[in-house]
Amino acid sequence: MTLASLIAIIQGSVEMGIIYAIMTLGVFLSFRTLNMPDMTVDGSFVLGAAISAVLCTNGYPVLGLIIAFFVGCGAGSITALLHTKLKIQPLLAGILMMLALYSINIKVMGNKSNIPLNNKPTIFTPFEETAVADYIYIILGFAILLGILALLFLFLRTRLGFVLRATGDNENMVRALGVNTDITKLIGLALANGLTALSGAIIAQYQSFADVGMGIGMVTIGLASVIIGEMIFGTRSLLHRLTAVVLGAVTYRLVIAFALELGMPATDLKLISAIIVAAALSIPAVRNHINFTQKRIAAAKRNKGV
Amino acid sequence: MLKIEGISKTFGKGSPNEKLALDNVSLSLDEGEFITVIGGNGAGKSTLLNCISGVYEIDRGRILLDSEDITFAPEYRRSRYIGRVFQDPMMGTAFDMTIAENLAIAYAKGKPKNLSAGIRKSDYKLFRERLSLLDMGLEDRMNQKVGLLSGGQRQALTLLMATIVKPKLLLLDEHTAALDPSAAAKVLKLTRQLVEEEKLCTIMITHNMRDALEYGTRTIMMHEGRIILDISGKEREEMTVERLVEQFRNKSGTRLDNDRMLLG
Repeated sequence: MTLASLIAIIQGSVEMGIIYAIMTLGVFLSFRTLNMPDMTVDGSFVLGAAISAVLCTNGYPVLGLIIAFFVGCGAGSITALLHTKLKIQPLLAGILMMLALYSINIKVMGNKSNIPLNNKPTIFTPFEETAVADYIYIILGFAILLGILALLFLFLRTRLGFVLRATGDNENMVRALGVNTDITKLIGLALANGLTALSGAIIAQYQSFADVGMGIGMVTIGLASVIIGEMIFGTRSLLHRLTAVVLGAVTYRLVIAFALELGMPATDLKLISAIIVAAALSIPAVRNHINFTQKRIAAAKRNKGV
Repeated sequence: MLKIEGISKTFGKGSPNEKLALDNVSLSLDEGEFITVIGGNGAGKSTLLNCISGVYEIDRGRILLDSEDITFAPEYRRSRYIGRVFQDPMMGTAFDMTIAENLAIAYAKGKPKNLSAGIRKSDYKLFRERLSLLDMGLEDRMNQKVGLLSGGQRQALTLLMATIVKPKLLLLDEHTAALDPSAAAKVLKLTRQLVEEEKLCTIMITHNMRDALEYGTRTIMMHEGRIILDISGKEREEMTVERLVEQFRNKSGTRLDNDRMLLG
């Protein structure tokens, strides 16, 4: 591997990591903050990409991102309503919405399964002729991410943000303190899927196409990124956690890029993601088992002399 | 203040496990009254509190709080006027948030949940003042997560949270039952102090007959979903645990099934 190709791999991973970090923040909101396994993400990511691609084709790349965010919020709201008003389990509510979105996404793309964006204007186009052209993906992506990170941090410290976080911790307490948890869940899932759709929208413009299958396993990727971030960078304070999520998303991309470079077939990606998540989630159980076994061995040794 | 008119609640209607948990219960509380509730397992004590707070819908009857009919109001809306502390110390606080953040959520009760700051600088002063009432040193640990507190500390904090915005009614469901004796005594003392200072209308379930007579201004005994004894004033002052047990046997026709109640 030459130095130039190494730098190219790192740059590409950081670019993708930054954009996927927005989706990861969404997954963090639903899985960690609200403590709800929201599968809608797989569908809302593509929904954002589809809307973004259609609007790019018509010459409105920026508007595409904005609309993608709000329509994503809508998708998350429907999942929340299925759960809170119709009492469908959160996991199933998300799966139903994800399934419905598959058909909806194809409709959005004009009954096609993908839209190429070659030679179409994107948010990156205006900078193509400038001096920063080589780094525009990182610069623009990072600017958007930083803005979202700041807004999310401030939001989670407002009164509404407080009850949202408390809902994931202890729903009973939140109701006992006079707050309708149906509404906090709705706002949380709407935001989570809005961010996911926005991430998908930017990805579509970054890679110059939208495809109906691009969201498969997005929940797992998001979760893997959140877990990697938390393991490496910790969970001390709110700011710490949000930063960890972003760094986790970038780390995940770097790991994947190097694995591909070392000859792993691209089709194995989902398998690796699934293994990472399963392994990370099983750490507490494995640790307990090891402790228990050690105790048993120690006790057996002590009792030998008796 | 609180007026309960002939409420009934049956669980598992039509199933083999059908259980009449509340049988035409009526109860009135005047302003500042502090009722203690005793009774055996399955007497309907917790169900009564859960029906008042809106966790369960009632089958029949009416509940009025401060002359407002709240029979059909959802739980979260009633919570704006009702403070609650549960038996399980885990249930009253958000473990992954700090002490100050928990208090801030309680302090924002009844205020709109908008984008204004979750905690203001000036709030810290008030929180510090309230926390120092507990005499547990929590005022110097406001930025620590609640998950680090002991059960007794959590119950004390929950009690503060339930009363930081003065409720019209305070419901305590065996809130000291899961604590060790010294922590339980501390939380009970704090309960009395807060209730007396704020003149709170309170219903406290306890499994301890001595506490039931020592605390509060009125004691009711429940059995099989009904109130079988309701004493206050002079009659209550002269009551002893032994006579209470005897009354229970006479009125319910059964012996107390619960040693816990006698041993406390």
